[in-house]
Amino acid sequence: MLRVENVSTFYGEIRALNLVSLTVAPGEIVTLIGANGAGKTTLLNTICGMLKARHGAIYFEDKPISDLGPEAIVGLGVSHVPERRQVFATMSVLDNLLLGAYQRRDPQIGQDIAQAFELFPILKQRQKQAAGTLSGGEQQMLAIARGLMSRPKLLMLDEPSVGLAPLLVCEILEIVADLRRRGTTILLIEQNARAALKVADRGYVLENGHIVLSGTAQELTADEGVQKAYLGKGNRLQLARCRADVERYVCLDDPAVNSCALCPNRNGGNS
Amino acid sequence: MNLQRQPTALRSLGVNARAFSRDFIGYLVLILLLGGMGWIEIVQPGDLSLPKLTGGLLTLDMLTRVGLFTIVLVGLNLLMGYAGQVSLGQAAFYGMGAFFSAILTTRAAALGIPASLSQAWWWAWLVMFAGMLLTGACAYLIGVPILRLRGHYLAMATLGMGVVVYVLLKENLAVPQLNLTGGFDGVHSIPRLRIGDFVIWPVTRYFVLVWFFTFLVIALGLNIVNSRYGRVLRAIHASQSAAESVGVAVHKSKAQIFALSAALASLAGSLYAHFQAAVIPATFGFGESLELVIMSSVGGLASIWGAPFGAFAVLLLKELLRTQLRVVFPGVKGEFEAIAFGVLLIVIMISMPEGLTTGMLKAYRRWRAARVLKQEIAESLEPLGMK
Repeated sequence: MLRVENVSTFYGEIRALNLVSLTVAPGEIVTLIGANGAGKTTLLNTICGMLKARHGAIYFEDKPISDLGPEAIVGLGVSHVPERRQVFATMSVLDNLLLGAYQRRDPQIGQDIAQAFELFPILKQRQKQAAGTLSGGEQQMLAIARGLMSRPKLLMLDEPSVGLAPLLVCEILEIVADLRRRGTTILLIEQNARAALKVADRGYVLENGHIVLSGTAQELTADEGVQKAYLGKGNRLQLARCRADVERYVCLDDPAVNSCALCPNRNGGNS
Repeated sequence: MNLQRQPTALRSLGVNARAFSRDFIGYLVLILLLGGMGWIEIVQPGDLSLPKLTGGLLTLDMLTRVGLFTIVLVGLNLLMGYAGQVSLGQAAFYGMGAFFSAILTTRAAALGIPASLSQAWWWAWLVMFAGMLLTGACAYLIGVPILRLRGHYLAMATLGMGVVVYVLLKENLAVPQLNLTGGFDGVHSIPRLRIGDFVIWPVTRYFVLVWFFTFLVIALGLNIVNSRYGRVLRAIHASQSAAESVGVAVHKSKAQIFALSAALASLAGSLYAHFQAAVIPATFGFGESLELVIMSSVGGLASIWGAPFGAFAVLLLKELLRTQLRVVFPGVKGEFEAIAFGVLLIVIMISMPEGLTTGMLKAYRRWRAARVLKQEIAESLEPLGMK
């Protein structure tokens, strides 16, 4: 469905992506993991047309899209939920959703809004409220709902878990899995490797602009390097206790939490 | 540009109901005010007239100017208040419209336009609308490169554009042998507008004509704000990258609104030329652009209704200072007008940063809420025998 071939992207003279290739097949959840500054967001912005690749080619459903502008790429069925949510803060929740359907000219927009409210009931309660007054988790839900309003074939999520409470991270990831069940293909970018690998089918590991590893989610989870670097199973990382009764690793409130690699909520890098 | 409203399924969600009732009140207030003042001036009941009633402060001439500025400001508010793109060169488009009309109605013969065309009553109207199109197209071409800039840089670029246009007007468009713009002295003896043999003059008739156009423009502005395109403008203001990510052609939309605001300024300029019967480049310099921005902020940037009230407030304030400052403080000189004007502007912007219309609306809501609260407190204390 999506094919990225040997793409290099530069910021000025700085090479942010170096000959990156990846594929996403229809119906898959593919995750891209990596530390801060590895180039994850750059890759996403290159795919969606906001940045231009200097070398390489990107195909969506076998059509080259590297030379198209962002609006044309959205029109083809690729939807991008940008980093740090980027909702239209001064506009109402409803207006945000309507903007998500900007390129559509069909009478089903109302139905899709109703569906979004079904998926995220909190948004229905807040539909008249300015998006900037929502909590972080609500804004993330709004950003995803807005991304879905264009009825994308491929949804690209840029770090949906950043800054969210652990339980909310789980909720968001459950929604991601649910979206796939409804037929949307997903490219998920995460620093939070553990959480991402739990829902993904396959994954790529990006380091300093290179894809260093790829494989199924099980393979990556089992990989020693990945465990050391991203899942924190090495000796050099301090393990924090995670409560078993609250499912999915809610870290206890303890000083070690900041370096807790098991916690899906951890924001830090790989050290 | 697509001005189509949302599909009907959405209207059932009440998207536009509130906006509509607010706009209705706006129309009503403005029509009553203008109708009242126009009626007094045209009918002059019991020998009363507007200047007499207000001590020379309000004249039909001044209200006509308010209408002209409102047309420019609706465009400017869409551009600055809604789309968030600063323009410090709007007077350039105002001037382009004015000079386009002035030149093509007075110097038609020199330009080789046959008299059968240029003497026809519809020629001036045709020129007016051609001027709008041309200025709009011009703005679109200028807008594509400069609207890629943001914030201060955009302000600088539009400022530069304003200066270039001003100098071109002053220097005869760089072709002095044709003497098209009349240099520093401008163009004189611009004919009045006509419909058939009906001349739209004296000022009572022109007042009606200008406000007819003004209401059309206000209606257009409100329609845009409440449409899909208006949502796009606000989205660009809120977050350009997010607008891109939902598939809005950001640069195109910005150039479009820039072109629209320029076309509106050009319309006002043409109307101004036929109103004043003479235009000089000095009217369309940086000072005028700045004054437009001031009017826009005083009225309220992100509000179409702010346009007429902003224009009215600023013109009235200047007139008040010009005539009354000497009365209150004998012995002050001309410069003090500017000082007092500046101080008053600061007071307005501090007390009502969202502009007069939104500011007063909010003040009214606060006052009403305070009154309700006061009553509730009184009621809760009553059974205790307290006051």
